[in-house]
Amino acid sequence: MSGSGARENIFATRMALTNTKLRLKGAQTGHSLLAKKRDALTTRFRAILRKVDEAKRKMGRVMQLASFSMAEVTYATGDISYLVQEQAKQATFRVKTKQENVSGVVLPAFEVDRVPGSDFNLTGLGRGGQQVLKAKETYAKAIETLVELASLQTAFTILDEVIRATNRRVNAIEHVVMPRLENTIKYIMSELDEMDREEFFRLKKVQGKKKRDTAARQLEEAAKGAPDEEAIFTADDSAATDLLSSKDDDVIF
Amino acid sequence: MATSAKERNLIAVIGDEDSITGLLLAGVGHINEQQKKNFLIVDAKTQVSTIEAAFQEFTERKDIAILLINQHVAEKIRPTVDKYQQAFPALLEIPSKDHPYDPSKDSVLKRVQKLFGD
Repeated sequence: MSGSGARENIFATRMALTNTKLRLKGAQTGHSLLAKKRDALTTRFRAILRKVDEAKRKMGRVMQLASFSMAEVTYATGDISYLVQEQAKQATFRVKTKQENVSGVVLPAFEVDRVPGSDFNLTGLGRGGQQVLKAKETYAKAIETLVELASLQTAFTILDEVIRATNRRVNAIEHVVMPRLENTIKYIMSELDEMDREEFFRLKKVQGKKKRDTAARQLEEAAKGAPDEEAIFTADDSAATDLLSSKDDDVIF
Repeated sequence: MATSAKERNLIAVIGDEDSITGLLLAGVGHINEQQKKNFLIVDAKTQVSTIEAAFQEFTERKDIAILLINQHVAEKIRPTVDKYQQAFPALLEIPSKDHPYDPSKDSVLKRVQKLFGD
């Protein structure tokens, strides 16, 4: 019983028993808390998974639209790629990061942060300016979708990691820490019981010895005292006989 | 993490010319003080090692929040992309004009599918 399974190397005392019991209680509380956290995170995770899947599909459509408008630009204006590349200096389309807290896990969320700029105003000045503007807007919209998707995906990656860590902890408590503490408690209990039995037996033994000793002493005393008593008795007896047999002079009747 | 995430506000792109042009039109292009661009144009002549190097550079830069990469480009450096697990910068595979989007190849969607499977 106590020998089976791992247990902590601890001296079996009542105090250790109390401590271990407290620790077991703590482990159980921690286990249930972690399990709750895991469930909350998993719920969140499932929701995000579904959204990621949807958003990825949406992205496919949006990017197709964007490419089409780009084709329109190329058709109307000619190749503007070199021009655009050369003009890129400062990003006007940036993202902001804000944070969201889900059961103690910080999830970042990206937000589009557009600085109104006057980039590429001259692009397509000759012809196709409208197409260029349209493509610009379409691409901006597409990137908004992409940014949304990116925040979902980041949340997904982080949650995945955290859920894994939490799962590991829950399992460690459930399968390693708690059995070990239980084994320790069992061990201490059995040791204490054993000590109790030993103590009882010892007391019995002591009592038995005491009894035997007293008996022996009495017997010894009896053996020592017997001759004197006999002598007294015999003396008395003789006296008694003497008393009966002898005739006192002063007895008148 | 909280402080580093705040400073990340750029979107980097690795892709073909059309995708890059469109995204630059929308205003994601940025050239920093060291004259480093936040985009890389990949064409048929671009070496795989160049793409790899750009990928490494963008994922290690501290000011990039999102890295967009064309799926057909990601396909060329698939092992590197699949190995990439960090949260920042977020890696996003996007479709390009000539290559329609294939969800089954996406490294994140693969994980999504796997998680839905079990």
